[in-house]
Amino acid sequence: MRRAALAATMALVLAYLVFPILIVVPLSFSSAKFLSFPPPGVSTQWYAAFFGSDAWLSAAWTSIWVASGVTVLAVLLGTPAAIGLHRGRFPGRGVVRALFLSPLIVPGIIVAIGTYFVYARFGLVGRPIALVLAHTCIAVPFVVINVGAALHGVDRRLEQAAQNLGASPFATFWQVTLPLIRPGIFAGAVFAFITSFDELLIALFLSGSTAVTLPRRMFDQIRFDIDPTIAAVSAMLIFTTTGLMLSAELARRRAERRRTRSVPSLAS
Amino acid sequence: MHRDGPFLLLAAPLILFLCAFYAYPVAAMLLASLHPPAWSFAEFVGLAGSHVFWRVMEVTGEISLIVTLVCLLLAWPLAYGMARLPAARANLLMVLVLVPFWTSILVRTYAWMALLGRRGIINNLLLWSGLIPRPLTLLNTRFSVCVAMVHVLLPFMVLPIYATLRGLDWRLARAADSLGATPWGTLRQIVLPLSLPGTAAGVIFVFVLAIGFYITPVLVGGPSDVMISILINDEVGVLNWPIAAAMAAVLLAVVLLMLGIFARVVGVERIARGAP
Repeated sequence: MRRAALAATMALVLAYLVFPILIVVPLSFSSAKFLSFPPPGVSTQWYAAFFGSDAWLSAAWTSIWVASGVTVLAVLLGTPAAIGLHRGRFPGRGVVRALFLSPLIVPGIIVAIGTYFVYARFGLVGRPIALVLAHTCIAVPFVVINVGAALHGVDRRLEQAAQNLGASPFATFWQVTLPLIRPGIFAGAVFAFITSFDELLIALFLSGSTAVTLPRRMFDQIRFDIDPTIAAVSAMLIFTTTGLMLSAELARRRAERRRTRSVPSLAS
Repeated sequence: MHRDGPFLLLAAPLILFLCAFYAYPVAAMLLASLHPPAWSFAEFVGLAGSHVFWRVMEVTGEISLIVTLVCLLLAWPLAYGMARLPAARANLLMVLVLVPFWTSILVRTYAWMALLGRRGIINNLLLWSGLIPRPLTLLNTRFSVCVAMVHVLLPFMVLPIYATLRGLDWRLARAADSLGATPWGTLRQIVLPLSLPGTAAGVIFVFVLAIGFYITPVLVGGPSDVMISILINDEVGVLNWPIAAAMAAVLLAVVLLMLGIFARVVGVERIARGAP
């Protein structure tokens, strides 16, 4: 009885979480001009509308380019930083850590207007590079966290063994540490990409009219008029993020299996 | 220091990057509230006497509290149930929590607009079933903003609670059971206190994120549900930087105060670990 009540509560909460997302998919295939459910007929016209519109396509390209730039920059800056933070015992380490993680906690509107306030003076508004720089700041904590977690799982004796056998610090990193933390870097990269790809608040201020991202265009369209093109875009976004997320999760699990299989004697 | 120099060097590029492109801009913007170079607290005095500002802070606090409480009530049973399942099955359910977590807030808010609108799915179903004669006003109300915000923030509550419950030593609960505790007694005296760190992390995360929310209240909130981020955005829109900066400073102070209290109670390490 109590079990049934718990199971029913869980089912309801999960349905509440998932149902609104599932509903977007049939809406995107609706033949109606307005949102109506159930859709009167099936059509791919809203996908055609998306792929036939220069404004939508250029927004999608801007988002992909910006998110790719953010991913590269966040990984290149975040990976060494995570190693320094995790391995070093330098003074002020707590302050540095707070700086690295604070973009997760400072409200988005504050980062958005702060960057706008200063970037505007340098004429960066409306240029994709402004979005790359600002998005990297809010995406990099995910790289630092994921690489830090991966480093936590690295058996230091493997690195010591390599150095005892004559490997330079660089060779040790490249051939021992890096392969072990690669899943953490990959997960951090996926999170960084999604963070930038979905970001709206900073884009509202920094895109201007010349670097409009996908979320920015969606927001403008939703405020102006809800037409089912948004549903088609949303459905594609749901598939993309879910796919990316699952690939990160699979990579993490594969790495976990490989690690536990390859060093059983050291682990025991 | 000699040994740790290289480690500091590894972190240096990111430190410089964040200082230049994030910390300095935010600090410069916040300083604009003090009217440099004349320096005055006039904006903060003005805010303290502003009826609109206090009303918006009140609404922001109200909505954030409701959202946090509802998230807690929904997340706890789900996390508890998942923690009692075998790991493989719990992981499967976890996908159902993580897919919405990683779906853009904009997409999720749009989905709620499609559900709750005048010609939305819920109204259509109710009309079709004959339960109501004309469409209900569900969208752009306090109800819709809370439902959509809870939906967006719920995973932030489920994840830390689930993590602590999964790591909990369930032998303690079994020991209590075998010593004659009622199921409710075990839950209240063993499981709830041990789950406190994760639960506190979830509560603080959801509350702190909720008070800074912009997208959801702007799209599905009612005309009186103006939250502080919306007000800040509007002031920047008319280039009233000192007032916008002063309000941003107050918002940031509230967030840091909440985190400070939380760090005292639960420990800073947990904040970092609870982060998604």
